Amino acid sequence: MSFPWAKNYEPQQPLMKWLDEKLPLPRLVYNAVGAGYPVPRNLNYFWNFGVLAGAALAIQIVTGIVLAMHYAANAGVAFNSVEHIMRDVNAGWFIRYAHMNGASMFFIVVYLHIFRGLYYGSYKAPREMVWLLGVVIFLLMMATAFMGYVLPWGQMSFWGAQVITGFFSAIPMVGEPIRQWLLGGFAPDNAALNRFFSLHYLLPFVIAGVIILHIWALHIPGSSNPTGIEVKDEQDTVPFHPYYTAKDGFGLGVFLFVFAALTFFTPNLLGHADNYIAANPLSTPAHIVPEWYFWPFYAILRAFTFNFLWIDAKLWGVIAMFAAIALLFFLPWLDSSPVKSSTYRPLNRIFFWILVVDVLILGYCGKSPAEQPYVILSQLGSIYYFAHFLIILPIISRIERPLPMPNSITEAVLAKHADDKSAATA
Amino acid sequence: MASESELSAVVEDGVRRRDFINIAAVSFAGVGAVAVVLPLVNQMNPSADVLALSSTEIDISAIGTGQAIKTSWRKQPVFVRNLTAAEIAEAKKVPLSDLRDPQTIDERTKPGKENWLITLGVCTHLGCVPLGAAEGENRGDFGGYFCPCHGSHYDTAARIRKGPAPTNLVVPPYEFTSDTVVTIG
Repeated sequence: MSFPWAKNYEPQQPLMKWLDEKLPLPRLVYNAVGAGYPVPRNLNYFWNFGVLAGAALAIQIVTGIVLAMHYAANAGVAFNSVEHIMRDVNAGWFIRYAHMNGASMFFIVVYLHIFRGLYYGSYKAPREMVWLLGVVIFLLMMATAFMGYVLPWGQMSFWGAQVITGFFSAIPMVGEPIRQWLLGGFAPDNAALNRFFSLHYLLPFVIAGVIILHIWALHIPGSSNPTGIEVKDEQDTVPFHPYYTAKDGFGLGVFLFVFAALTFFTPNLLGHADNYIAANPLSTPAHIVPEWYFWPFYAILRAFTFNFLWIDAKLWGVIAMFAAIALLFFLPWLDSSPVKSSTYRPLNRIFFWILVVDVLILGYCGKSPAEQPYVILSQLGSIYYFAHFLIILPIISRIERPLPMPNSITEAVLAKHADDKSAATA
Repeated sequence: MASESELSAVVEDGVRRRDFINIAAVSFAGVGAVAVVLPLVNQMNPSADVLALSSTEIDISAIGTGQAIKTSWRKQPVFVRNLTAAEIAEAKKVPLSDLRDPQTIDERTKPGKENWLITLGVCTHLGCVPLGAAEGENRGDFGGYFCPCHGSHYDTAARIRKGPAPTNLVVPPYEFTSDTVVTIG
């Protein structure tokens, strides 16, 4: 599952030789993220975000396990146990703030990772399976983040749980029984809190498992690169270690810098003040907003304010929201252009950036109250989102004339090098 | 040991004794798996204590005309509203064809007590508590209730008029035990 010129693992020490015969774990690591994995020589910093997402997951698991030692998943005491962590537990405030902001950092790097995949066409053959597994990870992350947000049992936790489980009641006939089955009651209460805690603890390990599949599927064709041209021979690649361990190490430093700044200086910047009020089933906060990473999808959910084609507005909203993510599963087949990188796709590049702006607008609408002009803006934004994937992308991938491409990664790198030199001498 | 003739008979059918054993064993394991999955799925349903339908008694004598109170039944909010004559007239004026979930105010109240509008305070969209039960809260464009989460407007009979909610606010099962006491549930 690697290029023929990949370096072979040859243990020198007797102990390592012995281990290699019994359990070749060091060999696995060497071939996965060591010198035994040849990687295109031209990766830019956008290729850091996979490793950073892995680091973010590790941080969440470590801080989460520690928090679980002090947290009590009971509707009567959950809110107070979080305050106990914040005030009484040694360094508890730090661990909780790290976990809170760690979730945001995880989504930031994953969104940039998805951005990279979209711009450089990483989802295309032969890496469709990598993309599909990535969308699965994204869905699992959303479920995990949602259930984690319920655990402090504040006002936003409670009403978030009410609204999100309300999605399921939109399903005709069986919706309400499904919702009661999910909640274990008629409204979010102790049963729901307990099971959310159980699943919130479980899902990160499921994510870790799917990440292993994601990397396994990636290592069969090898990593993509900014030109989108496949590796042709040995001079197109460098060993992962030390070249990209060093580059990822630098990126990790920048990531931790931002993470620390958030955690220590503005720990509640991305949270909501309402969640420091204990859950009250009789009073909805004036303005329910999900966490920032759900805003674009929340805007799509709210975009349907009218019944249409015998299906009521509520069900349409829920269908549209899930479809917005499910659509990503079909992306490798919606975009039929053989050219991967948008560097060589002038038309796709323009529409890609319009999509980015569209998602940002949807995000802004998702954050805003359900009033004009945000309702009409989210409607237009949602229409464009679906049009991009279902109409625009299939059309441009057929009519677009790509720019001339270099023959190999090495040629692209050397041409750039020559440009830089001539610019310097000129 | 099967005799020579028995073996040849089996081969003619194309079915061996081992095929039967395989199918029987796998089927039995399948039945066992389903038997184990059922309780694992069913444990997620509301437990007996949650299901225990507690009925709530409400004293409505203190609710003046035009006022409303918020109470709780099965851990869900309930609105009890004493409608004014103008509000009842307004609800009666609306043609049923204008309604998303057509119901008259008579169908939503008890005969002779049509000024008492008793509904769950749970928006039928995604379950928020609509505003309008307390003094000074936004009652929306139709003078009933307004859900701030996603902008659903309910009229004076708590019927959906505008916004994403699919149906009217739910009228729970209740009866008047006396002129001033209502039992919900």
